[in-house]
Amino acid sequence: MSHLLEVKNLSVAFPTEDGLVQATDDLSFHVDLGETLAIVGESGSGKSVSSMAIMGLHNPKTTKISGQVLISSLGHSTDVVTASSEEVRRLRGGTVSMIFQDPMSALHPYFTIGNQIAEAWLLHNDGTKDDARKKAIEMLDLVGISDAKNRVDSYPHQFSGGMRQRVMIAMALVNHPKILIADEPTTALDVTVQAQILKLLKDMQREFNMAVILITHDLGVVAEVADRINVMYAGRLVEEGPVNEIYKNPVHPYTIGLLASVPRVDQAHGTRLKTIPGQPPSLISLPGGCAFEPRCEFAKFVPDNRCKTTRPEVQEKLTGHLARCHLSASQVLEVKARQ
Amino acid sequence: MLKYITKRVFYAFVMLFVLSMVVYLIFGLVPIDPAKLSCGTHCNPVVVEANRHRLGLDIPLWHQWWNFIMGLFQGRTYGEGAAMIHCPAPALGYSFPNNACVTEVMAGAFPFTFTLAVGAFILWMTIGISFGILAARKKGTYIDRLSTAFVLIGSSLPIFILGLLIYITAFLLHLIDPITQGTWVSPLSDPIGFFRNFIFAWITLALAYAAIYTRLTRSNVIETSTEDYIRTARAKGVAERDVLYRHNLRTALAPLITNAGLDFGGLLGGAIITERVFQLPGLGYMSIKAVLRDYDLPLIMGTTLLAAAFFIFFNLIVDIAYAYLDPRVRLN
Repeated sequence: MSHLLEVKNLSVAFPTEDGLVQATDDLSFHVDLGETLAIVGESGSGKSVSSMAIMGLHNPKTTKISGQVLISSLGHSTDVVTASSEEVRRLRGGTVSMIFQDPMSALHPYFTIGNQIAEAWLLHNDGTKDDARKKAIEMLDLVGISDAKNRVDSYPHQFSGGMRQRVMIAMALVNHPKILIADEPTTALDVTVQAQILKLLKDMQREFNMAVILITHDLGVVAEVADRINVMYAGRLVEEGPVNEIYKNPVHPYTIGLLASVPRVDQAHGTRLKTIPGQPPSLISLPGGCAFEPRCEFAKFVPDNRCKTTRPEVQEKLTGHLARCHLSASQVLEVKARQ
Repeated sequence: MLKYITKRVFYAFVMLFVLSMVVYLIFGLVPIDPAKLSCGTHCNPVVVEANRHRLGLDIPLWHQWWNFIMGLFQGRTYGEGAAMIHCPAPALGYSFPNNACVTEVMAGAFPFTFTLAVGAFILWMTIGISFGILAARKKGTYIDRLSTAFVLIGSSLPIFILGLLIYITAFLLHLIDPITQGTWVSPLSDPIGFFRNFIFAWITLALAYAAIYTRLTRSNVIETSTEDYIRTARAKGVAERDVLYRHNLRTALAPLITNAGLDFGGLLGGAIITERVFQLPGLGYMSIKAVLRDYDLPLIMGTTLLAAAFFIFFNLIVDIAYAYLDPRVRLN
């Protein structure tokens, strides 16, 4: 059975004066209807770059892309990487929609919000401007903007950050997409507003039965809404699995470090927050072996210096739980127990 | 909005009022005696004093200024009896070298300046904006580099050199006739003659200004294309063409209104060098003659005030246009 979205061996690289920046490297994952996949990683780990590749938003002149991004729609599968720009344009905003990190700057300051939502609808539907306007009001109502009939003619700057993100969501969902990519949708918002927006996203997912790809570095957000997690490091997928499984039994040293560095309420008083020592590597000259090896506390338990010399492949470590590491799940647990 | 405009118009008049005072003050300080100038080189003191009285220059400076202001509304009469001269309102004074009221002299010169400004404006906006958009779209290609060269040459070549080069070229190609050049030809009776009169002056001004507008357009379009809302537009499936023309240009070109309004307003006060080079007797040509040859103080006063009035007026137009385009300005 084919997945709704399947990314296969996706590599995105940007040629620069200093060399080739390998933003994502041999990335493979999939999403199905109705589920939420969280892509987690620090800045520069390739989260946003891969989502832009799914949308076909990279400038072909300045980007080198290889691999496949297959989107199934109406029994027909399209490869975003090789499809014509017109085909991809029709997918964008129709089958796949996206909301962005900063709702303050993501809306056009010169057009009313109604106008911007109506435009999104008109791009993918045949109808009059009146139909589009009605649709815009309906969507604004749906995302919880009160008095939508009058607010539809407001300009973005008259709205607060949370309201603007609601407008963005209304705009992204106006064509009932099958996939919604949310690129750090709550990062720029107040904590209380964050919770509201996350709840709204959940409600909308149920309403429209779509797949959500949530890109974030906030593990708290992930625990709240995601079904599955992709953990990325230096442009590579390092661990993938169901959310509970990963939180309970992380098998990749990076994920282990990441989870240990989340502050917890039940943490013993006076203990220091754990950190991962070192810096992520430069994407221009990645280490020949495992990208995480220089910072890895587990590498010394792997014989023959293999972490330095051989690049680990993604393997199924536990049922439905993948990781890119030379150590097996039991070896990792063993080392963890010893520490 | 109406309240805002009324307020701005009121301030504009206050500004012109103050400006007229300043200009009068300067006239009081310069060692030029219009009474002496009005009767030639060998003049006996009695005639000079009579002229001084006739021109209303034998009273204190502030009183002269007041008469000037009143003249704007009521018109002015100089002298009595057979030698009486009347300038109807709005009177800006009497220009002796031209033997005419200043208002009349300026009304004769204005069509030249106006035609020059409007034609050049249309030309330079068209060239500047299209070239700027093209350069931004083809960023990094030879077209872009060509635009950079154009910007450099256009903005660094002084207008008197550019104007002369164009004039000489046109003359050598028999496209300009120095004898008839600069006599007013009605565009209705002789459109070709009308265009012949102005086309080279238009090109001169347009090239100089288009360089600035090319640079502005190019950098604004490139800057806007990195904005988040442009990415949003692409993400919702807007085609590249509409991303540029509907989403990008709207914000990229709005700041150009400021430059366009002020440049156009400035030009309506007279393009001194271009008018001089192409023998067009417009306001710029008038004022340079008034300053350098005739010491014609009333005419200088008139052209100064008119230029200032245009400048202030277009400032206002710019602000209104901006408020119309940018909702963030409109609602604050």
